[in-house]
Amino acid sequence: MAQVTTAEQKSIFSLFNFIALIIVGIGLYLTYLRFAGGLAAVTNLSDYNPWGIWISFDLLCGVALAAGGYVTSSAVYLFGMKKYHSAVRPAILTGFLGYALVFLAINYDVGRPWRLPYPLIVQQGTTSVLFEVGLCVATYLTVLFVEFSPAAMEWLGLKRARNLVVKLTILLTIFGVVLSTMHQSSLGALFLIAPSKLHPLWYSPYIPVYFFITSVVAGLSMVIFESTLSHRFFAYKMDETHFKEADGVTLGFGKAASFVLAGYFAIKVMGISADNNWHYLKTGYGSWYLVELLGFVALPSLLYAIGVRVKSLTLIKWTSVLAVLGVILNRFNVCLIAFNWHLPSAERYFPHWMEIGISVFIVMIGLILYRFIVTRMPILYEHPDYKDAH
Amino acid sequence: MGWVGAVGLSTTFVKSGAAATTKHFTGYPNSFAILHDITLCVGCRTCEAACNKVNELPQPDKPFTDLSVLETKRRTTTKAFTVVNKYDNSVPSETPIFYKKQCNHCLEPACASACFVRAFTKTKTGAVIYDSSVCVGCRYCMVACPFEIPTYEYDQALTPRIRKCTMCYPRVVEGQLPGCVEACPLEALSFGKRENIIKIARERIRKYPDRYVDHIYGEQEMGGTNWMYLSGVPFKDLGMREDLGITPAPQLTAGALSSVPIIVGLWPVLLAGLYGISKRKEKIAKTEQEQAVASALDKEKSATSQIEEKS
Repeated sequence: MAQVTTAEQKSIFSLFNFIALIIVGIGLYLTYLRFAGGLAAVTNLSDYNPWGIWISFDLLCGVALAAGGYVTSSAVYLFGMKKYHSAVRPAILTGFLGYALVFLAINYDVGRPWRLPYPLIVQQGTTSVLFEVGLCVATYLTVLFVEFSPAAMEWLGLKRARNLVVKLTILLTIFGVVLSTMHQSSLGALFLIAPSKLHPLWYSPYIPVYFFITSVVAGLSMVIFESTLSHRFFAYKMDETHFKEADGVTLGFGKAASFVLAGYFAIKVMGISADNNWHYLKTGYGSWYLVELLGFVALPSLLYAIGVRVKSLTLIKWTSVLAVLGVILNRFNVCLIAFNWHLPSAERYFPHWMEIGISVFIVMIGLILYRFIVTRMPILYEHPDYKDAH
Repeated sequence: MGWVGAVGLSTTFVKSGAAATTKHFTGYPNSFAILHDITLCVGCRTCEAACNKVNELPQPDKPFTDLSVLETKRRTTTKAFTVVNKYDNSVPSETPIFYKKQCNHCLEPACASACFVRAFTKTKTGAVIYDSSVCVGCRYCMVACPFEIPTYEYDQALTPRIRKCTMCYPRVVEGQLPGCVEACPLEALSFGKRENIIKIARERIRKYPDRYVDHIYGEQEMGGTNWMYLSGVPFKDLGMREDLGITPAPQLTAGALSSVPIIVGLWPVLLAGLYGISKRKEKIAKTEQEQAVASALDKEKSATSQIEEKS
């Protein structure tokens, strides 16, 4: 079943190791620059542009793309779609790693990261949307850690503790959905306070709903996309159940994503109508908005639908890439491109290469950890000692 | 989880309940305000020098007496809490217009509402002050501020702070005037109780209708501010936003935050219900399957016994 032979695999991994080594090396050096010289040493942030790609990509995209965890676990454990069971563990793992990396990235972005617990223990700014985001992300990171832990405990042979945590599955899943609903939407709500800075086409009272719905799209599409990559590189780790269920996961998740995208398209159009923003569509920003709405929302919805209809796994897999890019584009539009649109171009922000370097470094850490875990722990297969225990 | 729910609750019920009530916060009684009469400003930069001195800010590259800096548009920085900008008058024969920019000290500040560690305080004097001892450096206040005032010490590795005008809070509580007001050689800056300042401004507009645009900028903008402006030309010609509306910033997020307790309360019920339904479906399917198997077995049994009887 494996698509690549072991020899090829080895050469791929040694190439991976080589690239990883370089990126980590550069990343560590940039980390030194950041903490020795402050944000000015590595970023293009300014008084007009306090948030750059560490917020738009690492935080906003990171959290959205890590939504596969709550989407998959709620489908399987709460809605009874047991045929997708083999997709849960990879999704929980990428969710957990995603949130852990978001937390890591935040440490680079805030001025005094050692004070990150202050909003919880020193003074609570409960009127701030960011307070809710922080609280939920911190709590959800803990929940994801616990949800992930059975795999680690099976690997380490901690049978008792593992069985205890497995008993909490339903409770943890419900917790996960509640927390995700709140902070996924709140990341959008962060921008509600700045109607004078965000372009009217992207500013909407519905923006929290938009962010939540697109997180579902991102979650579903990332599961499909990651499964494609895992089959390419870690097929030898997969058991029969995983292989048997994989096509069903792609078809089922593709179908769900098609519907959710269609609904999202509908509420976006309603949003334009509600604020009567139609006339903005004729402007340059309007064209860009249409690129996002038609090319990265309507198109993937249609392609997913066609892929499911003609049972083309290839089409669904490529569409998942398009849908993920669409969510990334949306976050960039809200946080960077359509934000501060009123400023002259000289005052606008474009990331410094070192900011991008840190982001690449953090993604690379995620890939290294993912590889470390799936090659050791029962993620893509069921542990022989714990069969049928789910 | 209950704690998480408290997030929105405090916004909805305790803080101001702006979205849910008819209450309108018009500022602390007897709070102070400053009126900047733009028509009286000559762009001498004395206020900038005074601000620099009372706030113990570093000396700029060019001295405050050098008026050539007015040729470029400036914004507030970590080293200048107030800046005067020069604008051409639309009537060519008239002298240029000078507008002093600094924190407007909103009645309901966006920065204070956005801060997740309550580093900003709206004081009873009207000043919005900042406490760097708790600040995490997330810079959400800068995103939130509609006037683009707060600045950040990006070049500080370990102790970056937000920097902005304090409306000279330490001086005002001691009974002194704010540095800039005290230094202004003309009547371009007036300090007093907010109610009185509004009356003075209205009086000037009434007396000299040809001199002023009939609007006090800051009386209603973003719910009202403790710095207000009179101008002879439309405010938007001076780079001041006229599209900010009169909604105080905290109201913009109050609705979203008030949905938090609803999600915390209802989502678990809904999800547990869905779980229950899917469980029950499984159970019914299992029972039906068992019954079908049992009845099939029964039929087979009776069939076999009939065959046996026949034989």
